Parts: sequence; C-alpha cells; structure tokens
Amino acid sequence: MTSAEMVKTTYREAMRAAIREAMQRDDRVFLMGEDVGRYGGCFAVSLGLLEEFGPERIRDTPLSESAFVGAGIGAAMAGMRPIVEIMTVNFSLLALDQIMNNAATLLHMSGGQCSVPLVIRMTTGAGRQVAAQHSHSLEGWYTHIPGIRVLTPATLADARGMLWTALQDPDPVLIFEHGSLYNMQGTLPADAGAVDIRSAAVRRPGTDVSLITYGGTLATTLAAADALATDGIDAEVIDLRSLRPLDDKTITDSVAKTHRAVIVDEGWRTGSLAAEVSARIMEQAFWDLDAPVERVCGAEVPMPYPRHLEQAALPQADAIASAARQAVG
Amino acid sequence: MSRAAPTVAPQEAAHRRDLLRQMLLIRTFEDKCVELYSAGEIRGFVHLYIGEEAVAAGVNQALTADDNVVSTYREHGHALSRGLPVKAVMAEMFGKTTGCSRGRGGSMHLFDVSRRFYGGNAIVGGGLPLSIGIALADKLRGDRRVTACFFGDGAVAEGEFHECMNLAALWDLPVLFCCENNLYAMGTALERAQAQTDLALRAGSYGMPAWPVDGMDVLAVEHAARSAVEAIREGGGPHFLELKTFRFRAHSMYDPELYRDKSEVEEWKKRDPIDLLSVRMRDGGELTDADFEAMSKELAGEIDKAIVAARAAPTEPVEDLTRFVYSPEPS
Repeated sequence: MTSAEMVKTTYREAMRAAIREAMQRDDRVFLMGEDVGRYGGCFAVSLGLLEEFGPERIRDTPLSESAFVGAGIGAAMAGMRPIVEIMTVNFSLLALDQIMNNAATLLHMSGGQCSVPLVIRMTTGAGRQVAAQHSHSLEGWYTHIPGIRVLTPATLADARGMLWTALQDPDPVLIFEHGSLYNMQGTLPADAGAVDIRSAAVRRPGTDVSLITYGGTLATTLAAADALATDGIDAEVIDLRSLRPLDDKTITDSVAKTHRAVIVDEGWRTGSLAAEVSARIMEQAFWDLDAPVERVCGAEVPMPYPRHLEQAALPQADAIASAARQAVG
Repeated sequence: MSRAAPTVAPQEAAHRRDLLRQMLLIRTFEDKCVELYSAGEIRGFVHLYIGEEAVAAGVNQALTADDNVVSTYREHGHALSRGLPVKAVMAEMFGKTTGCSRGRGGSMHLFDVSRRFYGGNAIVGGGLPLSIGIALADKLRGDRRVTACFFGDGAVAEGEFHECMNLAALWDLPVLFCCENNLYAMGTALERAQAQTDLALRAGSYGMPAWPVDGMDVLAVEHAARSAVEAIREGGGPHFLELKTFRFRAHSMYDPELYRDKSEVEEWKKRDPIDLLSVRMRDGGELTDADFEAMSKELAGEIDKAIVAARAAPTEPVEDLTRFVYSPEPS
C-alpha cells in the first residue's frame, strides 16, 4: 500500500462512510434514531446523510427508545436491514426489554422462523465528564444475552468495516462506539471496507504478558505496553473486537505464549466481561498460567462529574502497567 | 346489526356459518386444552380466550392472507382464525417438533411466518413496537399491507403503548390496533389501574380514528374491522378499535379468580359470542340444532385427530438444545 492510497480520516468519518456505503449498496438499509437526521447525530456521525438519502431513510424518531428499537426489530423481521442508533448505552436500558425479550429471543421461540437482521449502534463509556447517566460501559451486560452479537470497534479500520459485515449477519448485532474515540484521527486505505467480526486482533505482539482489552481502553492499554517496554517487559496487546461471541483461541494462544494475562475493562469489575474472560482463561488455559490473572476495571461507582474523580474511576495506563508487573513478578 | 331479513342471501348465510365455525373451533380447541392441562399433557402457562372469540374471528375477516398479524400470549384464537393448522397449534401445546414453533414456544409463542403471523408476545405491550416496524417496512417498500396488532387493556398502562400510538400516528403507519378490553389485566380491574378507562378516547388523543366496538358481537367486530382496514389501505393511517369483551375463564390455569365476582362472569356469559350469533342464525332460519350439533361434532373430531397426532409426534432432540439461538452458518 503506498501512501498515495491512504486518506486521512477520523473514527466519526469512518463510521459515517460505513453508513453511507451501506445505504448505497442496499435499499433495505435505513438509519433510525434520535436526532440522526436534521441534527446530524448526537455525535455528528450521520451529519449530511439526511441531505443525501432523505428523511425516509435517515429517520428522526421521537424520544421513544423502546418503540423505535422495537420498530427496528419488526422492520428487520419483515425484510428490511435497519440500523438503529441509540444515543448512549444508558438510554438503551429503556429499550432493554425489546433487545432482550424480542431481538435476542424471537428466532428461538419461533422455532427458527423469525430472523432479526438488525444492527443497533450506541455510544458507550466515560472520559467526557458527562457524569452518572451518560458514561457507563454496559456492553458487558449485553454479552450475557444469547442470540445477539456484541462488537466494539476500537480502530479506524473497524469503525469503517464492522458495520457492513454486521448488516450481512442474519441475527441482531450491537455495536458499541466508545465516546472518546469519535475524534480519533488517522489514515485508512481509500478502498477500506468490510472486516471480519468474529476474531480478536493482536494489536501489539509480545512475549511476556497478555494485555487483553477492547474498545475505549485499547489506546490506554497500548500506552501501558509502551511503558512496560521501557522496563524490558514485552507485552502483547489483544483487542477483543467481538465481545460476544468471544474469540477464545486468540486469547488462549496468547496466554500459551506469555503465561500471564491482565484484562482491562472499563466496565464495573463485579460480574464484568473481564470476569468472563478470566474464567475462560482458567477453564481453557489454566496449566499455561505462571501467575494469577489480573483485572484492571472501572471503579464501582456511578460516574462522578469532576475530571479528577472520573479519571480515578477509569483504567489508567499506570494501573495497567502495574498489574502487568505484578503478573510478571 | 338488524335481525336477519326473512329471505337470507345464501352468501351471507354461508359467511355467518363460517364465522360461527371459527368461533366454535377456538372454543372447542380451548375446552380440549383445559382437559389436556388437567391431565398433565400440556404444561406451562395457558391463557384461554374463551368468551373473546368474536374478536379474533371478526378482525381476521377484514384481513387478507398478505396482511400481517402480531399477537399476544392469549393468542390461540388469533392463530386459529388466521388459518394456522389445528394440528400445528396443538402440537405446539405439546411441545413437539411438528408444532408451529417446533415446540419451542408453547402456548404463548405461536408463530407462522408463512402466514405472516408474527407471533404471540408474552411481554404485555411487547408486540406493539414490532407491529410498528413491520408496518414501517411495508410503507418503505410501498407494499399496501395492513398490520393488525392485538393487545389487551393492560397494555394501555405500559409506556410502550403510548410511544407506539404516537409513532404510528406520526409516521402514518398502516396498523390496525386491536385492543381487547376484557376489563382485567390479570387480576386488576381496569378502573383500579387506569385513571381514564375510555381506552378509545386515549388512543384517539394521538390523532388516529378510534372507537369502541361490541366485542361480543362478531358481526359488529367484522364491520368495524372492515371499515378500519379499508381506510388504512387507502392511506388513512393507523386506526384503533377498542373491542369490549370478557374472558369467561381465569387469567391462566393457575388463577383462582379471587378478584372478581362470579355474578359478573355469569352476567357476561349471557352475551356469549357464540350464542349471540347462533341464536341470530337460528332466528333467521339459517341454522338448526342439528346443524350446530354436526358442526360441533366435526370440529371435535378434527381436534381429536390433532391431539392424537401431537401425542405421536417427535420431540426436538436434546442435542439441538441451542439450535435457533443464532441463525445457521451459511454453507
């Protein structure tokens, strides 16, 4: 790939390009959610798409999460390929009944008749001082539910490429976009497109300890790996990408190599995705371990507003590095 | 509806006979379900529709095979009126592979996508957003289908109901909302749960035509549903029917009915929808006792055959326990 073929972009623009491409490629695709149209999206992801595709396909909804998420499910059942945007994961709780009792359940309770090819996108995570009702990382909760897929694009390539693959999936897919990532800048090949949504990715190869993370804490974890390198510790960083199903093989292959694991998860520690990953390592790679699995998670507190407390509640690079040193011993 | 004229058009008589047959099919099916439940052959929750048959039978008359239906957990009547085979519905009650949901749904989750019957939803109000989405899909594609969504008076207390009334009216969606007001949300009487008990008035406040209908009179239900469906198909947007009805039996098989007086039930039974129609037909000379007996016998025979088939039908293999959680991998 030559640099001439690379284009500068942001996570937000990559996501927008993905929506635009999906709308162009498939007439059944439409975007629906609060302020996705005239406002341009709460996080400006869909800015300009209303003008391009019109109000039928870039569909503003009232503040009725349960109704418009359920409408997405119904439209998907009836042959459309809706993309439903929920402003933040906290608001998705107003639609949890529809996600859990309908989207995830209809295929099974209809004996295989009602497929729900729906994509739900939402913002997750903290770091923007928006306090206790807009900042949580509840994607781990959603991974508890059989029948859905849970994706966490953490890179520009995944922001650009996961949506189309998700739309090809016959089952509901939830895409969690960490709010701190939208302004992330970088370059992508001009012809960047669909990516796989099944495997985890090794973002930094290493031999001494496996740092396993996803979404908004990928950058923090990579920073921790850099800090560890100056101490002579060669950390491998795994981006889970798909939280349900989990790519067990990439995790256990890494642990077989490094014999140590630290899981970094912005969600609350108790009952967390980190707990699930830890349990799987214990079940599948116990004899490969040279040290107990460490977890670096969000503090168990509703997210406070002031910056110093918010930062104290989030996994930081020094805490990750410290956990890794502990594991390495 | 006026009493039948002295000379009855044969077509109309045949139509009324068909309505009677449908209601009787539902009644007989459910009477059998009670026996099977008592005998332990079917389990789980079974919510009987007995007393409400005129609603399903009447509304379905207004729909074509190409329209959509979204239903509740009290949906045996909706499914049978829609034309789901008796055998498939009975096998579902038995949890057998030949059931309309391969036995995985049971009484509350009857599905038949080939008949555009999008299932029994057992979260009160949970089917309403689905009906919005199905209708939106039709509208976006330019299909002229109508989506009929059944739900009870209890659903009107759910926030989701109000979200959906607003959305349907705002987007001018082709939905026929069929509110089966049987006066009780499980054990809670309507006036004990809802500040405004005029449910059509509340739906109407969202800017859609809404009116009450005698839900015990199948011809009145059919008439209302036909006029609503016609208007919806002509682009008139959503319509709401408050179908005033009553369930003669308990909420489910577990319900000892401590919350209502037997006399209330007896009073409503005087307006049994099957009696109302059959008396009218007898008065009009369209139906004899012998006809009625023969029809009852024929239906009982059909249901008995379905029971025999369901008993003999295979069950889902345990190895397939987690099948249908995700769609099969494309080969």
